[in-house]
Amino acid sequence: MTEKFKRGDGRAIDELRQIEAKVGVVPNADGSAMYRSGDTIAIAAVYGPKKMHPQHQQDPSRGQLRCDYNMLSFSVSERIKPGKNRRAMEISEITKWALEPVLILDKYPNQVIDVFIDIIQADAGTRCAGINAASLALAHAGVPMKDMVSSIAVGKLDKTLVVDLTKEEEDFEEGEGPTDIPISMTHSGKITHMQLDGKISAEQLKDAVDLAKGACAKIYEIQKKALKDAVDFEGGK
Amino acid sequence: MDKVMTTPEPTGERIKKYLREGKRFDGRSLLDFRKITIEKNISKKSEGSVKVKIGKTEMVVGVKLDVSAPYADSPNKGNLMVTAEMLPLSSQRFEAGPPKFDAIELGRVTDRGIRESKFINLEKLCIKEGEKVWTVFVDIYSINDDGNLMDAATIGAVAALKIAKMPKYDEESGKVVYGELSENNIPLTESFPIAVSVHKIGESLIVDPTRQEEDLSECRVTLTNNKGEISSLQKSESKELDVEEMKNIFEISEEASKKILKKIEDNLK
Repeated sequence: MTEKFKRGDGRAIDELRQIEAKVGVVPNADGSAMYRSGDTIAIAAVYGPKKMHPQHQQDPSRGQLRCDYNMLSFSVSERIKPGKNRRAMEISEITKWALEPVLILDKYPNQVIDVFIDIIQADAGTRCAGINAASLALAHAGVPMKDMVSSIAVGKLDKTLVVDLTKEEEDFEEGEGPTDIPISMTHSGKITHMQLDGKISAEQLKDAVDLAKGACAKIYEIQKKALKDAVDFEGGK
Repeated sequence: MDKVMTTPEPTGERIKKYLREGKRFDGRSLLDFRKITIEKNISKKSEGSVKVKIGKTEMVVGVKLDVSAPYADSPNKGNLMVTAEMLPLSSQRFEAGPPKFDAIELGRVTDRGIRESKFINLEKLCIKEGEKVWTVFVDIYSINDDGNLMDAATIGAVAALKIAKMPKYDEESGKVVYGELSENNIPLTESFPIAVSVHKIGESLIVDPTRQEEDLSECRVTLTNNKGEISSLQKSESKELDVEEMKNIFEISEEASKKILKKIEDNLK
């Protein structure tokens, strides 16, 4: 790995963008959160556990998690046609898979927990920001959880691994080009989500996983602080 | 999914017991593929088509080309569209109607593996920059689902693209002359993407599951390998994985892809 690699915004290779996390941003919801990484902003709201509708989808053995990821039409340069596209459907499912392992769902037979994620502004890493916001929103809603989930996009720019890619870095064209590797992990270090697009050797991909682990640990601290801040604030009223 | 149609519990328990002992019902080891066969040109109106079989799993893939405007962000590149359908005829489990999530994911993961490995030289599919480019449609259909449609889809797509011929193009009318294929192949690179999915069943990691085995899979990681490099990866389903387990999966997938590359090449001769 070359130490000399310069990132467009001057960050170190393992440096996250400026992060802001806050819970309680949607008063109507049972739990909600905002997660911002640089210019990427996601908000998430949790409704439930509540009775599953439609009824035929009820599962008497356990509760279910339903996730809905959506990008607002104006969140990117070229307007997105509103409504479900195949990318959004896949990310919704990926988000569910990323979060489900930390939830204790067998306590809620026939019920559903709805998680809605909306991307307000996009500068790459939107699925990761969405998962971070959703994990926070679930905790804020008081849903029983075994752990938190934190998510980060590791990238390989030419030959160098970096964390938390911006859109500009995602479009990097030099050398071997960009490789995008979003990874989500629990605080205990289990991988609940991983994807990859690009070109990388198995050996370097192992380093990428280790790099993600370090970044997720930092994000976890930010998430924890956001939850604590909310408690202190409301307790002081 | 209706419980009645999935692997019955006693059979599932027996499969897991076998896997713990390193055995499978069909006598394979945990990291072996079933027999792969590729039949070429199964539908002559397409520009290239194959039927691919892995054991009893069977898919057909057809390639069609058309001329259209390029995307705004790639004015000098042709387009690639990969779609997959799980036909109701191929299994009692698949219903008619709009595509379910499984089929959407199958198409998208296959698309990314081919796209990211740069298997098709899309620059060479540009006719006039900013105005006219070729679009390559790769359409994948299941004919019989006995597990591992995911890996079969990439094998079929790659094989069909390798044998496909460009249709003739009438510059004056700006239309494709269908039914008259040229001698030219679709411009491809030296890449050879191969998808290998590793499934976690209990504590065992296996490749190429049968339908019975795939029902028990708690987690699937699909890696598209291209001559020793990984082009795409998708972890599916909720089961979490240890970091070490994930690293092990990278190696299993790479090893298995090397083995089946040979088989696919032999089939295409």
